[in-house]
Amino acid sequence: MLTVMEEKIASTEVPIIPKQEIPASNVVEQKIKIQTKGVNLHYGEFHALKGITMTMQEKTVTALIGPSGCGKSTYLRLFNRMNDLIPNVNIEGYVLVDGKDIYERGVHVDELRKNVGMVFQKPNPFPKTIFENVAYGLRVNGITDKNFIAERVERSLEQAALWDEVKDKMKKSAFELSGGQQQRLCIARALAVEPSILLMDEPASALDPISSAKIEELIYELKSKYTIIIVTHNMQQAGRVSDHTAFFYMGELIETNTTKEIFTNPQNIRTQNYITGRFG
Amino acid sequence: MQKLFLQKSICNRVKFFRKLLERLIEGLLMLSGGLTSLIVVLIVVFLFREGLGIFGSPSMETSSVLVVNKSNPIKSLTAAQIKNIFDQNITHWNEIGGKKDTIILFRIDDLTNYVSEEEVGANLENVPACLNKVVDSIPNILAFLPANKIPKNFKGVIVPSEKISPGTFLGGKEWFPTAEPAAQMGVLPLILGTLLVSFVAILIALPLGLSTAIYMGEIAPDGIRRIMKPVIELLAGIPSVVYGFFGLVVIVPLIKNAFGLDVGETALSGSIILAIMALPTIITISEDAMRNTPRAMKEASLALGATKWQTIYKVVIPYSASGITAAAILGIGRAVGETMAVLMVTGNASVMPHSILQPVRTIPATIAAELGEAPQGGLHYQALFALGCILFLITLIINLSVESISKRKKGERH
Repeated sequence: MLTVMEEKIASTEVPIIPKQEIPASNVVEQKIKIQTKGVNLHYGEFHALKGITMTMQEKTVTALIGPSGCGKSTYLRLFNRMNDLIPNVNIEGYVLVDGKDIYERGVHVDELRKNVGMVFQKPNPFPKTIFENVAYGLRVNGITDKNFIAERVERSLEQAALWDEVKDKMKKSAFELSGGQQQRLCIARALAVEPSILLMDEPASALDPISSAKIEELIYELKSKYTIIIVTHNMQQAGRVSDHTAFFYMGELIETNTTKEIFTNPQNIRTQNYITGRFG
Repeated sequence: MQKLFLQKSICNRVKFFRKLLERLIEGLLMLSGGLTSLIVVLIVVFLFREGLGIFGSPSMETSSVLVVNKSNPIKSLTAAQIKNIFDQNITHWNEIGGKKDTIILFRIDDLTNYVSEEEVGANLENVPACLNKVVDSIPNILAFLPANKIPKNFKGVIVPSEKISPGTFLGGKEWFPTAEPAAQMGVLPLILGTLLVSFVAILIALPLGLSTAIYMGEIAPDGIRRIMKPVIELLAGIPSVVYGFFGLVVIVPLIKNAFGLDVGETALSGSIILAIMALPTIITISEDAMRNTPRAMKEASLALGATKWQTIYKVVIPYSASGITAAAILGIGRAVGETMAVLMVTGNASVMPHSILQPVRTIPATIAAELGEAPQGGLHYQALFALGCILFLITLIINLSVESISKRKKGERH
């Protein structure tokens, strides 16, 4: 019944929905953490991001949604300069983190990546022990103090809600963990270097529903400390975990707003079609 | 109705022929598979049948014998003792557990020193009788005689040479397979020579190959890699005799001048040539292994603030360690079995290797150089086949270890 109704809505002429005013009491003064201004990205001839301008507040969760190939992962990878690894990438515009352009000359990419952690689509632990996986980021950053590392590893695993499950097998290979545990290990690994931003590229897409729920719960908890940007294909997940949602389509930012607004009152017909499952 | 029936029968016939054809193809495939396996088994069986005959046979050809006076307590002699006696390194019986007298060596040519030519007879018809007399009259004699000249009522004692055992064969330090009266079948210098040349080759090739693989797989831009890879694979296609020629003309004089040696044909020259020959194997296999490191794993490392080099040595190399090991072992395999190039540049002296600046002789080079001169079925021939067996076992061990390493790799992943 519902789908029939939605189809009806979508197929009719676009009604111009008046923009609802957000009551002033709901607006919390928040610091701007990330800003992009007119970012264009080309992979060779292919125009992957088309003039994206967007702002992300500190200690919020922003969900990037959109159909495959829409540029949301590419956009996510701007913030830790992962796109640099691909040959023939050309980036224009400004990407500001804490007010500084991270694509400026003289920016240390390694330093930037310490501040901007990343969790990938599939769990990708290193072929090392559980302990060494979490300690990796500390070690490559030149930390050798054993007690400090042990402490940080424990705290990161606690933050990632994995400590109780692995505290007795820290010397075991990370591959012995289940997929969901491996993904939480990867989150702990990212947290260990104490970033202020956490990028998550479909972190639960390769996991079963229970593991997926645990990750979502975790994201909700981590929000109090980190600015999180999450790419997801799962509308319900975006609705559950994020404060803001941005809809991407064909390399363009179609619409961005609070998650509630996007899901209940989308301004653009393409957003509406996408979130109601008409395409994508 | 009839038309339909006709169609059906044609259809059935086509089906029948198709089935027949499939059976035929299946049969041919099975045949070729069976044939190949059979050939492999036959070669191995042949190798070992020819080679293992050496153990248990005496180190002297059966056409001649060693003879002592009947008062001599010596019961048997080893091949090494025989050689030392005839080289006059051993001159007294007590050195080999006999009486305290000098050894008097006697060969058939010495007969006229002891008896007159009349006694021997115009047509040498009395040789056996004269030998009998000579051996009986000299208590300290050690006579090396043709077996067919031994008379029936012989008064001397035939001393058998000790039979060749795996111990004396593998542990013997002298390789004179055609020495008279007793062949010296010690293959230790050959085994050590092979291992030394291969080991030094790998010592040279591994760091070089690994660096190249890292550069090609992780650092070089795509354009350079696209040129380098075929060039390196081209190295694998050069015939080994060309490498040998190159070694002989370029590397041998270079080594000679660099170290001020009398001869440049040394183990080191062979190792350098082998290292160059093993490089393509090492580079391509270890580069493939490194490129198999999941992108996600490299990205995870970089995303944590690791530099490119940290990512290479902390993630890429550990991840591809088993592939790199396999590359090294296969490189060794290539080096161990290589014949022609080594034959041309190592000098081929079958002495125990003491330094890499000495000539050495490897197993494959020995077989290649000597098999043409060894009479079929003879001691030397069998010894060469036994060497072939040893080489086969060495390469078998190498291949098995590669397999177990790559299996372990699979186990780690799941």
